[in-house]
Amino acid sequence: MAVAAGSLSPTARAASVGRRSISVWRKAAVAIVVLLAVLLIWEAAKWLGGDPWFIHGTVFGVRIDYEHRPPLQWRIADDLSLPHVWDVTRAFVDPAQRNGPLLGLVLSGQALFTFREALVGFVFGGILGLGLAVWFVHSQLAERALVPYVVASQTVPILAISPIVVNATKAGWLSVALVTAYLTFFPVTIGALRGLRAADPRAFELFRSYAASRRQILMRLRMPASLPYLFAALRIAAAAAVIGAIIGEIPAGIQDGLASAIVNYNQYYVTAPERLWATIVLCSAVGLVFVGLVKLAEAVVLRRRYGTLDVSPGQ
Amino acid sequence: MKFARTGAALIAALSVALAACTGTGASSPSPAGASTAASPSPAASASAAASPSAGAMTKVKFQLQWVAQAQFAGYYAALDQGYYKDEGLDVSFLLGGPQVDNINAVAVNTADIGTGWLPKMLQSRENGTDLVSIAQVFQRSGTRMASFKSKNITTINDFHGKKIGSWLLGNEPELFAALTKAGFDPTKESVIKQNFDMSGLLKGDLDVAQAMIYNEYAQVLEAKNPQTGQLYQPTDFNVLDFNDPAVGTAMLQDQIFARDSWLKQGNNQDVATRFLKASFKGWAYCRDNQQKCVDLVLKAGSQLGASHQAWQMNEINALIWPSPNGVGVLDQKLWDQTIQIATTYKILKAAPTAGAYRTDLAQAAVTALGTSVETKGANFQKQTVTLNPGGN
Repeated sequence: MAVAAGSLSPTARAASVGRRSISVWRKAAVAIVVLLAVLLIWEAAKWLGGDPWFIHGTVFGVRIDYEHRPPLQWRIADDLSLPHVWDVTRAFVDPAQRNGPLLGLVLSGQALFTFREALVGFVFGGILGLGLAVWFVHSQLAERALVPYVVASQTVPILAISPIVVNATKAGWLSVALVTAYLTFFPVTIGALRGLRAADPRAFELFRSYAASRRQILMRLRMPASLPYLFAALRIAAAAAVIGAIIGEIPAGIQDGLASAIVNYNQYYVTAPERLWATIVLCSAVGLVFVGLVKLAEAVVLRRRYGTLDVSPGQ
Repeated sequence: MKFARTGAALIAALSVALAACTGTGASSPSPAGASTAASPSPAASASAAASPSAGAMTKVKFQLQWVAQAQFAGYYAALDQGYYKDEGLDVSFLLGGPQVDNINAVAVNTADIGTGWLPKMLQSRENGTDLVSIAQVFQRSGTRMASFKSKNITTINDFHGKKIGSWLLGNEPELFAALTKAGFDPTKESVIKQNFDMSGLLKGDLDVAQAMIYNEYAQVLEAKNPQTGQLYQPTDFNVLDFNDPAVGTAMLQDQIFARDSWLKQGNNQDVATRFLKASFKGWAYCRDNQQKCVDLVLKAGSQLGASHQAWQMNEINALIWPSPNGVGVLDQKLWDQTIQIATTYKILKAAPTAGAYRTDLAQAAVTALGTSVETKGANFQKQTVTLNPGGN
């Protein structure tokens, strides 16, 4: 593929760029259509089997008085289990506290805080994960001895680990970053291990015939070849990092991040279920942004190698 | 955004602290000018004047049992009003939450002093820690059993055969004792593990549900009745109170505790007494300035609803005041009742060993407050708080 990219004519490149931007728009359109469909099904379920609707108010000067008693009674569709889409949306622009800033702003501030923690943990975990993979690639003994434990580490629920980490390091930033690193290093190790061995065997032979040192093989052959695998792993790690940061915040009693919002709105779920839903929306937004940033980095790094040829399937 | 703001605040606070240190520590030519420039709050400069130097402040880490809420308003008030500083204490709060074991945090030295439920602390002691209760802040139990009026559950006798909710995990003895007292066998009743929110009651999974008067019960009143679109009203519910002499199985809850080994170190008994003195003063402040304390709590917890916290403040005050022996001083009768129930229902294997509690420090703190603060609250009257949808 890399060879083919080099031989592409300028016009083919331009066409490829064009195709790519069209596909970006198409992807966005599909995502929006799917989202709308989900929201529609959501409200349809509520209309059929939810709690009675009492919609009274004025929208753009038009008075709306709508009441509806759903024919069925589904527990999963009642207002407590599944608040109305507009209630969740409105939660963002309602004040978080009486006379206070908007909930959306408060949550965004907390999301930023959690994002920073996740980022630090992601960097720790990434370095640890990559370091382990490099070690394993060079030492069969280490690989055989430690990989089972690396896998086992991920079968222990992080909920059980985080209080121990907090106890050992005293609650705070460091403990959150460590919990995050614990969740993020695993996909990086596994992905990088695969990637570091992914280069063409003939390339290894060529490097050896030039008497290349281990370090040279690592830096000039293994690393570049591992990048696609590494980035795939980093994307998984990015999503895990956000979860790790949130879970790490809870036993640390950190109040500035999304975990405190989750804890509080969990506690008050009965009185304002839409707030927990709003928090969930924001948590996933943080995860999406993080994964998006990794994808962006991937595009920048890998473009240099493949030119503009999009090698993903279906293009 | 918030991050930047807190960061800036932190830097500002640090520089203020630093300026205060250099201003008072060094033989500065113009201490007055330095202190006014450094500290805007009069309380801070007053304490700087009282103590020889800012460096002599004793650091105390105080463990709460949950995130910021009006249940801890007295401590927040003591911090905000500079009562801790006045006592030469630099108190920092460690917040609780799910997965935070507030009792253990003190037992393992993460915190110096903590607040938590008495029976849970005694359990920890039974397991070999040296925790000592030094002040019983809540004089009565906040636990209630709530049910819809339509279920017609007005006395403990009506519980028989009903779906009874309880958080269990050590939250059930008051209920079990009440059932036993009424002649039922709690193990034969259908007691259901209840979620920590009140959805079980609202959805009808439970006929009667456990609720703290200052929290879960208010949540029910902040929820909308889906059939009417309006808030539930107190008139929709029957509430059973364990403090009611007719039930009479209330147990002691929020108290302040520390490690015996910590208390014996250096002048820590004195530190603890000063901590109690300032905390009690904070609670008296919250009794007399309810709204101000609600505002303090709201500032500490950006997600908290204003009317919910106002309700909580009011109910917490009613759990503390009146304090017939003075605030924080244990009532021996309630201790005995608590121990009797806890041992009957196997919360404790045996009555706690000697030294599980002491009243001398709380007594000394009350004495030190003298007449400057009303420490019994004999005339305390509950206010009426209106709850809003979502507790806002």
